[in-house]
Amino acid sequence: MPEPDPAHTIFAHGLTRSFGNHVAVNNITLELRRGEVLGFLGPNGAGKTTTMQMLTGNIAPTHGAVSICGIDLLERPTAAKAHIGYLPEVPPLYRELTVNEYLRLAARLHRVPRAMLAEAVTRVQQRCGLVNVATKLIGTLSKGYQQRVGIAQAIVHAPDVVILDEPTIGLDPNQIRDIRGLIRELGGTHSVVLSTHILPEVEMLCDRVQIMHYGSIVYSDTIAALKQFERGATIVLGLRRPPPPEELAAVPGIAAVERTDETLFRVQVSPGADPTDALVSHAGARDWGLYRIAPAQNSLEDVFVNLTRREDIQ
Amino acid sequence: MIATIAGKELKSLFASPLAWVVLTVTQLVMGYVFLRRLDDFLQLQSQLARLANPPGATELVAAPVFGTAAGVFLFTVPLLAMRLIAEERRNQTLVLIMSAPVSMTHIVLGKFLGLLAFLLLTVALAALMPLSLAAATNLDYGLLAGLVAGLALLAASFAAVSLFTSCLTVHPVAAAVGSFAALLLMMLAGEAAIEGLNAREWLLAASLAQVLSPIKNFEPFAKGVLDTYAVACALLLVVFFLALAARQLEAQRLKG
Repeated sequence: MPEPDPAHTIFAHGLTRSFGNHVAVNNITLELRRGEVLGFLGPNGAGKTTTMQMLTGNIAPTHGAVSICGIDLLERPTAAKAHIGYLPEVPPLYRELTVNEYLRLAARLHRVPRAMLAEAVTRVQQRCGLVNVATKLIGTLSKGYQQRVGIAQAIVHAPDVVILDEPTIGLDPNQIRDIRGLIRELGGTHSVVLSTHILPEVEMLCDRVQIMHYGSIVYSDTIAALKQFERGATIVLGLRRPPPPEELAAVPGIAAVERTDETLFRVQVSPGADPTDALVSHAGARDWGLYRIAPAQNSLEDVFVNLTRREDIQ
Repeated sequence: MIATIAGKELKSLFASPLAWVVLTVTQLVMGYVFLRRLDDFLQLQSQLARLANPPGATELVAAPVFGTAAGVFLFTVPLLAMRLIAEERRNQTLVLIMSAPVSMTHIVLGKFLGLLAFLLLTVALAALMPLSLAAATNLDYGLLAGLVAGLALLAASFAAVSLFTSCLTVHPVAAAVGSFAALLLMMLAGEAAIEGLNAREWLLAASLAQVLSPIKNFEPFAKGVLDTYAVACALLLVVFFLALAARQLEAQRLKG
């Protein structure tokens, strides 16, 4: 089994969790380094929340090991948990407490020393825009403010690892912008795991992305590589009277041809070439019946849909 | 850490109407019994004076008030304890404590002590009623102290059992009904078991059965006897059920 190096804040290997006969999470690996933001994607029921619960010590894995900042979460849970801040899908808010009381409680539970309590609470309230509602009861706050209190609770003790389960759900566009700004800020000093369904959010905020499907990791790459992949162009070509693929592949500037449908082709362009003109003139001259030519959108959304749809059909 | 959790429990209790309703109802019931007994005591006083060793106000007025409080606890402790774990699970707020660097033992102890502090307040209120007679009559402070200690131990026993049942389910009302049933069963079956075992002269088994019968452990205190065996039984019961509760929380983390 690989060993974590000191830069790893989360190091989880062979993580498996089953509920009875149902395997919710199957042998996944998750590594996170200091200052990194990891986007954690997957359709509903893919096992994201279960994974996050395992990373935060809320449930124990059936197999596998998790270490947080080099501390084994299963052997020394309290020591490891001190480095984690967690915002679950439903923020764990006590409606009967005021924002101040609640954040003080969260800070105390996470072992912020008494002398630094007031300072930590004030700082996190400024950071999350809660100063104006500090003395209000949490139960009377709007959903957006409650979500912010949830985030504040997760970062009040300045943890090394922040795990956020769908933090922007149910917020209005302005609040989403604020929260995204906050997450970007957090990414500078902490490591963040961010689960979300909003794909542009991941492209905007994350350094790396992992996609989970049916309990397994089906994609793991950096956003930079994904963007690179996007530029390495492919063209989608629709021909009513298609020639054999070999004939198409012979057009200059084309690296590979893949037939995706009766009349549709995905054409891989050779690096640096632009075969669009050649394709159009060939199609005209040889009567291929060209009805569609478009650069393929190889965005995160495509990757996501491709990976998580394909297995549904099987 | 234990104090933080206990303090939060107390704060939450007083922020909810449940605590105030429970305090009011308990006070009303105890007040009624107190006044009724006091009335009887005043009427009987002339007859009592003729006895060689007449029972005092503490025996005739205070003891029934504490007995009533014990009965009221049977209903209120399960209701208060259902909030501790079951309701927090249902509201998904338990995650805050579970994600924090706090051990299961500390969680259970914190929750238990928070509830116990509230119950001790009720015990103190019960003690204030007979104490109000101090100006008018000679109170038996020894018996009164025994009653306070006995009721406190009873409250601790009920709280420990109810905290454990609160760990068993996510449905708060189910937890409360379960606790109530468990306490009632311990009271009725415990008594019957001890009698039956004693009749067969299985004395050791009878003594062991007393651990599971909180009311039985309260009885010597109500008579003004400091029975160390009863104290040990009550403490053993508390430790036993708190350990079960901590184990249950840990098991849910493993099996979920």
